[in-house]
Amino acid sequence: MNRFARPLLIATAVIALSACAKKAPQELPPAPADSTATAPTPPAPTGPVKGSQEDFVASVAADRIFFDTDQYNVDANDQATLQSQAQWLAANPTVRVTVEGHADERGTRDYNLALGERRANAAKNALAALGVDTSRITTISYGKERPAAMGSDEQAWAQNRRAVTVTVQQ
Amino acid sequence: MIPASLPRAMRLMGLCAATLLTFASPAHAQLSVDVTDETASNLKIAVPALPTNQSVGTPAGTTEELGRKIAEVIASDLKGSGLFDPSGPSGLRVPSMAEVTAPAYESWGGYEALVQGFVRSAGGANDITVGCYLYDVALKSELTRKGFIVAPADWRRAAHKCADAIYARLSGESPFFDSRIAYIAETGPKDARVKRLAIMDSDGANHRFITNGQSLALSPRFSPDYGSILYVSYIGRRVRIFVYDIGTGKQRLVTESSNPTFAPRWSPDGRNILFSMAIAGNTDIYRVTATGGTPVRLTTSPGIDVGGSYSPDGTKIVFESDRSGTQQVYVMNADGSNQQRISRGGGRYATPEWSPRGDLIAFTKISGDFKIAVMTPAGDNERILTNGWQDEAPTWSPNGRVLQFFRTTPGRDGMSQVWQVDLTGVNERRIPTPLNGSDPAWGPLLP
Repeated sequence: MNRFARPLLIATAVIALSACAKKAPQELPPAPADSTATAPTPPAPTGPVKGSQEDFVASVAADRIFFDTDQYNVDANDQATLQSQAQWLAANPTVRVTVEGHADERGTRDYNLALGERRANAAKNALAALGVDTSRITTISYGKERPAAMGSDEQAWAQNRRAVTVTVQQ
Repeated sequence: MIPASLPRAMRLMGLCAATLLTFASPAHAQLSVDVTDETASNLKIAVPALPTNQSVGTPAGTTEELGRKIAEVIASDLKGSGLFDPSGPSGLRVPSMAEVTAPAYESWGGYEALVQGFVRSAGGANDITVGCYLYDVALKSELTRKGFIVAPADWRRAAHKCADAIYARLSGESPFFDSRIAYIAETGPKDARVKRLAIMDSDGANHRFITNGQSLALSPRFSPDYGSILYVSYIGRRVRIFVYDIGTGKQRLVTESSNPTFAPRWSPDGRNILFSMAIAGNTDIYRVTATGGTPVRLTTSPGIDVGGSYSPDGTKIVFESDRSGTQQVYVMNADGSNQQRISRGGGRYATPEWSPRGDLIAFTKISGDFKIAVMTPAGDNERILTNGWQDEAPTWSPNGRVLQFFRTTPGRDGMSQVWQVDLTGVNERRIPTPLNGSDPAWGPLLP
């Protein structure tokens, strides 16, 4: 059942991301309409600031990977997501990240903290295997304390069994 | 007349106790309640307000007011145990002082047992003296008496001690009402919940927040002497165990580590702390002395080994592990040797807690939903006690006869509240808390 849910979820995540990517430029202030300007200015940058969390989210396939119930293995889909994250990190070598591990609400609190640690470390290890220096990656487990989807059904649980990569902004 | 049986010289830890027993005639069955019999009807017991020889003011109210409030707490405790059908104090005649030691039995004919007592004080901030008497109405005989001397602000403790004396005399079990709970108070939406460390009496009274909610707080445990609390805090965006000193309000890390530490537990003597630590994603159980030092690793499996609860004699530890593929319950010696799985039924087994009596392990049974259940330390005689959607993480009353746990409801508006159930599984009630709550941890009986 969980296996069947995965492609749908990834599609949902991609839709959400493309929405973010479109929306991000609209949040920038309008270009100055200063007709008295004498010197030619370079065109205003479009898109998020390079190296920012917005840039990361807009650039990678997804900021998160998903897991089956009680599992923490990184499958081919996850690998592709992490590959895109590793590429972005290679292009932004000064940025550090935290991988947040999460579990769905169907496990007990302490066990889920341990399970979230497993998931965060599985993602960290995969990023390291893709060439990201482990000194740039910290992990934290939230167990079941911070669900992404608040329902109590298979679809919500599948979205909550996740490892999310978040850039650390100084 | 008031017996001179409550000498101040017997004052002990702020609470004085004096006992005089008389024995019932063998010609009549003795009054008793059975904590293991789920079919027994509850014992009808009258709890009129406690009279005072002279109503004087104290910081907690007049002695007359205290006499009524103490009777209310006694009746509430007895009702909450599920073994009694208490009446009063409202609706019952207040006995005269002379009646306290010489009951007018004929006027309590509708009841099997009668609780009487008195409150007296020299007034002001002086200690109050609370007398507590239990009578068998049919036999017209006294079953037990106790006296307590407390500061006016501690009047609820005198009431709990009186209820404890009645419970112990009639059930033959150890008392448990005069004890405290540490738990996590919860507010806010499911995906941004605010969780604060809080403490309260076993009946929810004297509630006090300890942390302000800016960082997640999880899984508290009272030290056996009630002097400090272990808990997990996300302060600094890390997962670490702190020990909070209730007297000073200061806290310190239990162990210095760059790795996350969680699921803290005290040893019964308070000298050692069990905790779980994840290194490179692998969680194992460690022990460290309460004063610090180098942790000792107790488990080494590549699976998740987490939690842990000492047997009351401190020689064994029950814990959970998924080394077999799913969460199951294991017992090991306190030094980590001889790890043996004890759970054998279907489904997953989590959060084992050893009873203070030593005879049972309480745990969370996961088979889709979560249930509170018990089994023997050998894994036998498994019994499910609750039937919520998610009933999680049982904690034992000091006498090993009652469990508190938290019950979570499903869905977007799902929330958690603290509940209590006795070992029959019949007597279940919610513990009143000002906010929602989770992770209750019951401390020992107060001295």
